[in-house]
Amino acid sequence: MRWLRGGGISGFVVRRVLLGLLTLFLVSVVVFVATQALGDPARAILGRDATPERLTALQNQLNLDQSLVQQYLNWLGGLLHGDLGDSLAAQLPVSTLLHDRLINSAVLVFCAAVISIPLSIALGSYAALRREKPFDTISTNIMLLLAALPEFVVAVLLVILFATTVFTWLPAISAVPPGTHPWDDPKILILPTLTLILAVAPYVARIMRASMIEVLESDYVEMARLKGLPERTVLRRHALPNAIGPVFQVIAINLAYLAGGIVVVEYVFAYPGIGSALLDAVVNHDIPVVQALAMLIAGVYVVVNLLADVATILVTPRLRTRL
Amino acid sequence: MSQTEQAPALAEGVDTPTPPGRTSSLLARSLRLWRTRIGLLFVLILVVIAIIGPWIAPHGASEFVATPFSKPGQNGAGILGSDYIGQDVYSRFLYGGSSILLSATISTAIGMVLGIAIGLVAAYARNALDEVLMRAMDVIMAFPQILLALVAVSLIGAGWGIIIAAIALTTAPRVARVTRGAALPVVERDFVAATESMGLSRPRILTGELFPSILGPIMVEATLRLTYSIGVIAALAFLGLAPDPNGANWGSMIQQNQLALATQPWGALAPILAIALLTMGTGLIGDGIARTAAGIDRERGDE
Repeated sequence: MRWLRGGGISGFVVRRVLLGLLTLFLVSVVVFVATQALGDPARAILGRDATPERLTALQNQLNLDQSLVQQYLNWLGGLLHGDLGDSLAAQLPVSTLLHDRLINSAVLVFCAAVISIPLSIALGSYAALRREKPFDTISTNIMLLLAALPEFVVAVLLVILFATTVFTWLPAISAVPPGTHPWDDPKILILPTLTLILAVAPYVARIMRASMIEVLESDYVEMARLKGLPERTVLRRHALPNAIGPVFQVIAINLAYLAGGIVVVEYVFAYPGIGSALLDAVVNHDIPVVQALAMLIAGVYVVVNLLADVATILVTPRLRTRL
Repeated sequence: MSQTEQAPALAEGVDTPTPPGRTSSLLARSLRLWRTRIGLLFVLILVVIAIIGPWIAPHGASEFVATPFSKPGQNGAGILGSDYIGQDVYSRFLYGGSSILLSATISTAIGMVLGIAIGLVAAYARNALDEVLMRAMDVIMAFPQILLALVAVSLIGAGWGIIIAAIALTTAPRVARVTRGAALPVVERDFVAATESMGLSRPRILTGELFPSILGPIMVEATLRLTYSIGVIAALAFLGLAPDPNGANWGSMIQQNQLALATQPWGALAPILAIALLTMGTGLIGDGIARTAAGIDRERGDE
């Protein structure tokens, strides 16, 4: 980025988009090399005792007889046209196979994000305002312990607590019968969503608290108070906009994490999303599905980070003036 | 648990690295905080269980003792009952810690060494090499740790070696970013220029001058990474991708026994509580060190 400076906000956005495209391109090379070039996909699919004829036939079907560069260009070309290839296990186009699952996962991530982000921003800000008071001490320590727990531990503990053992209020399995949508039976969404919220909220709340404390101690908040502005206005107009900037980065990282972390959560609740699709594909050595999902999850990470960088600059008054 | 790159307390400590000499006592000073002591206690209890467990287990790890999913004491089962194929849960619990603890420690150590080396070289380079290294790290970081581990296991087959390699590879870029961030302001300081003019070699400057100056953030990062490594390795086993799906390790045990949560919860609950205590312990230690490092910096600012 050092070779391209200036240009104000639009220059920054253009540089950041170009950088994102470069990262996406490199990501696609890594996905391709890792899945197709390192191993022998045909042998991985058919197993060790495959006959040479079947091996050759499948190698032709997968275009493995072409050069690696040609294979990569074919794959990338298809990817750019929305053609993700055919699933080897289901004999269906990958896009058809993943369509419903993508919607299911998006519903889950959306519910978790919509609840956890405002909740953690509110919790973090309130803890910062009540710094070193009981609310702050208790919430900070609970967040610290929650943040350390792996999400499958949280998920199974929630199942024990609310579904199977202590109480039996909620379903332990979140199956979505074919032809229906997860929102037809919202009860099944509660425990998976709660798991994701508990996995994400501690991080956002901790950063929000740290950021808010820094801003509250700054000169311009002091200045706003000395001007005699009411405390509500000081918080809303001066403190919050500046404090929320760094939080966007953490929200971005956590949203991208949600795209990957749902693997475990969907497995626990047998929820038919892209996470469980990835796990099935891994077990069945269904390389085209693995490639598509790896690109999708990494792509989400790159795009969300890009949006966060731009949003941080646009939202934070003191950074905007520096451009 | 999530992939967040640094704890807030760490961010406070990064800006002004602690000078050499003070850091050697960082761990000792952090033990003055109750959170560090409690965290250390949690971790010690579980490490002791993992190490001496196999010697004090009443039964073998794959010895059948009662009908499957017997409750504690029922049908002659042990104090935690029997599991999905009638093995003793208590014995398997005692056997089940070492593989996860060992693989998590080894993979974190390899990832830390790699990441610190890359981060220090990038920070000291101050040229195109820095850009190239950090872009490469960005690309690896676009894959969640569990995703990369899943793909590696699916292509090469489940084995401790490949799991350790995948965790180490995905740990390294996250460590490299923190190391570079902490080392950048140190590189600009006068004592580095002084060692350069004395004609010290680059490796000597990196290991002898830069590295000791950033021990604080590095130690916090190490505990954070260990917490994640334990979580990801246990999660892989839980997903059925451990080298031995019927093996006695805490992650696999949860998967094997979660079917009977309603009637015989101990088969899954015991290993869940073990992993929870372990990761909360490493989390508390990390927070204690971060608070201590930030406190030392604040003291220095007042001087």
